[in-house]
Amino acid sequence: MSDKKLLLEVDTLKVHFKIKSDKSWPWSPALNLKAVDGVSIKLYEGETLGVVGESGCGKSTFARAIIGLVPATEGKVVWLGQDLTKLPARELREKRKEIQMIFQDPLASLNPRMTIGDIIAEPLQTFYPELSKVEVMDRVKSIMMKVGLLPNLINRYPHEFSGGQCQRIGIARALILEPKMIICDEPVSALDVSIQAQVVNLLKELQTEMGLSLVFIAHDLSVVKHISDRVLVMYLGNAVELGTRKAIYSNPLHPYTKALMSAVPIPDPELERSKTIQILEGDLPSPINPPSGCVFRTRCPIAGPECAKTRPGITGNDDHAVSCLKVSVAV
Amino acid sequence: MSLLVVNDLRVEFKTPEGNVVAVNDLNFSLDAAETLGIVGESGSGKSQTAFALMGLLAKNGIITGSAKFEDKEILNLPVKELNRIRAEKISMIFQDPMTSLNPYMKVGTQLMEVLLLHKGMSKADAYAASVRMLDAVKIPEARKRMDMYPHEFSGGMRQRVMIAMALLCNPKLLIADEPTTALDVTVQAQIMTLLNELKRDFNTAIIMITHDLGVIAGLCDKVLVMYAGRTMEYGKVNDIFYRPSHPYTEGLLKAIPRLDSEGEVLATIPGNPPNLLRLPKGCPFQERCHRVSDICRTTAPELTGFHDGRLRACHWDWEEIEQGREA
Amino acid sequence: MVLSKPKQQAVSSFASELEIKGRSLWQDAARRFFKNRAALASLIILSCITLLVILGPLLSAYAFDEPDWASMHSAPDFAAGHYFGTDSLGRDLFVRTLMGGRISLMVGILGALVAVVIGTLYGAAAGFIGGRLDRVMMRTLEILYAFPFMFFVIMLVTFFGRNLWLIFIAIGAVSWLDMARIVRGQTLSLKSKEFIEAAHVCGVSQWKIITRHIVPNVLGIVVVYSTLLVPGMILFESFLSFLGLGVQEPMTSWGALLDEGSKSMEVALWHLLFPAGFMVVTLFCFNFLGDGLRDALDPKDR
Repeated sequence: MSDKKLLLEVDTLKVHFKIKSDKSWPWSPALNLKAVDGVSIKLYEGETLGVVGESGCGKSTFARAIIGLVPATEGKVVWLGQDLTKLPARELREKRKEIQMIFQDPLASLNPRMTIGDIIAEPLQTFYPELSKVEVMDRVKSIMMKVGLLPNLINRYPHEFSGGQCQRIGIARALILEPKMIICDEPVSALDVSIQAQVVNLLKELQTEMGLSLVFIAHDLSVVKHISDRVLVMYLGNAVELGTRKAIYSNPLHPYTKALMSAVPIPDPELERSKTIQILEGDLPSPINPPSGCVFRTRCPIAGPECAKTRPGITGNDDHAVSCLKVSVAV
Repeated sequence: MSLLVVNDLRVEFKTPEGNVVAVNDLNFSLDAAETLGIVGESGSGKSQTAFALMGLLAKNGIITGSAKFEDKEILNLPVKELNRIRAEKISMIFQDPMTSLNPYMKVGTQLMEVLLLHKGMSKADAYAASVRMLDAVKIPEARKRMDMYPHEFSGGMRQRVMIAMALLCNPKLLIADEPTTALDVTVQAQIMTLLNELKRDFNTAIIMITHDLGVIAGLCDKVLVMYAGRTMEYGKVNDIFYRPSHPYTEGLLKAIPRLDSEGEVLATIPGNPPNLLRLPKGCPFQERCHRVSDICRTTAPELTGFHDGRLRACHWDWEEIEQGREA
Repeated sequence: MVLSKPKQQAVSSFASELEIKGRSLWQDAARRFFKNRAALASLIILSCITLLVILGPLLSAYAFDEPDWASMHSAPDFAAGHYFGTDSLGRDLFVRTLMGGRISLMVGILGALVAVVIGTLYGAAAGFIGGRLDRVMMRTLEILYAFPFMFFVIMLVTFFGRNLWLIFIAIGAVSWLDMARIVRGQTLSLKSKEFIEAAHVCGVSQWKIITRHIVPNVLGIVVVYSTLLVPGMILFESFLSFLGLGVQEPMTSWGALLDEGSKSMEVALWHLLFPAGFMVVTLFCFNFLGDGLRDALDPKDR
């Protein structure tokens, strides 16, 4: 791990949105929605970081803040030594060649009025306008083959494809600039199980072949386990646990991670019926008014009075780190 | 006596692009207090089965075959008679909790509406019964919640309200169409636990429709595996999971990533989901099957019984699959 | 490699095959449109009217401003060549109706075009750029809405006299407002769609996003709305002419003809009936056309 190149370092990233409550006067101060409230990660070359959490945890906002689709309120996003949050728009645009993204809804991420050939070619034509039409078409076709699409489908429209194929088109578009890192925002959540497996395998193959780093966001812990080297668990905008796949899955420490893992249904009747699920009582608190101290304390089975007063920091090491006042990583 | 017996159920839709057979010759039976899981991916016809049973199909749908509930035919009934069965005998909960409740009516009103309509209760009685039901589905502060609107509830809570509404008239059968697909996994676990408890308390038979084999493993007694509108396999839950007899079931079980497995590469089912407008001749699964042979391309396999009560539709010899597993 | 060996061979042999032409959403829409009988009939009728309006006056023996002293206010007379009769000054009504049609249709279609172009660009820019610029643009729009329009027209006519170009300016000044609002609404809903985010991520410039991604997806609703704008324009022009603020004599429009016809309704019914008939048919057809287009371009397409 230490001899691998550090590509991305995110330092205490915060993304807060100002919201106007409809019950307030125009001059009253706006409410603060803390979508991401201080998350730090490190991503090395050729690695996959899985980001897991349920709805409202801020993982999608986190991804969009890294790539610059959403402005960061505080913190740093250091890509190959440069802080992306401080870059002017023109230079940030240049970075698009290196960081790309694939989206959750395969069909919605493609312009319905363009052929898939044009969709895949667009990034190439944007950054390399000097390429001839033939050259562009050649590259499009070769990348289509790489993701498992027949090249003669190049003039078809997105609505003529299935969900899995649309996602492959999205992957082709992300790959054509040969980026170093791809952020995958729940890329398989909208796909059938049998197709999910295809796309996950495809991503892993491409990663090995092209030396890509991936940030893989999902709510499905099982999928994340199969593709990630390191895992980040998020809750209400905070990083709750972070570590290598082995550490997190064989020894989850944070009560939320434990509850999450126990809740995942196992396709095995004996195991599923005999397991004890840690039920989390209550509802997810609002990110506009998160609980004081540790944000998880309202649903935590081991919360104590000190959890309301102090906000836990991240303790541990590179292999396994946790954010909890009651639990710590064994030395 | 079986609660529900479905024979040769067939649902066909007339579309401008041609006729689509969404459900093809479906056969199953359900006893009282039993749970049947119908599992399949997109295009399998599982939701259309549920809609056909409840009389909720779109206007261009044609239903043939028979479905006998307590020995009375329930398919193609006139609306008046259907309404007597709905909510009282057979209830349904839907997938998206965000859209299945009327946003303009208070939750209490919607619950009471069911009772006032079907049981002819007085308002006071209906109110008391509704509060009791909200308690049964573990909604805290039930009385306060009766006066609130759906948008003030979270997704998991709304789904509980749906379950409460469905169980108000104590139906014998509850059809659940992907009730937890739109929910977070921890909320899903809450709902699954709730359903297990209610199953025992109310003695309701459940038809659980889902694509999630984990949910099936935790809740169901029998499983029906569908693909492109046809039954691939039908049997007890342990048989289906531990001794699958159909290549599709085998493929599905291998393709699901599991928390307790260490494998790096996921086994896949190659190919794409079926296009119901252009199904191939013979077995609909032929293009993706790892055991495909010539006969599969010409003749569709019949649903045949083997062992005790199990059904499968495949040309491959059951014995060979069993031996292959033991090898 | 992703594909197995036999499949790889299949791929390379396919690669040399002809590329399959896709079926675009526009083609799908065209197919649905032509199945709609009312819309298709309307299209045919409108085309006939347009042809008639362009070629008709050339076929008649009479000019539109030439009084025929022999037959003033005469009923339709096929033999004499006055197919629709004459007006109080003896001018042939057939030619005048068709000439009036030229003006009305031109005003309608050109007016709609102006509204579409200005409105679409304004609305798309406001919706896409958002923020303060959007707020300023929308407030300007609302101020223009509140502007007493008739006042404006009367002022123009008073200062510059009755002129065809004035009509254009007057109508153009108000008609784009609705279109801008509609396009802005569509743009706002498109902006949050993932393919727009994807375009940002691919480094596409703002301008390219508007022209390549937003406008084509907004065109559907624009086309539908503009066909529904045309009747409004025609009616508005006829309203102005009815009030005496429209085209200058001897040039006429359907509205002006209606004005004249209504005055001599008891004596010469044909003077009112023929222009009115043409106008009603045209307006109906545009409405059916708009409905047909809306059904064909239904946003629920896949």
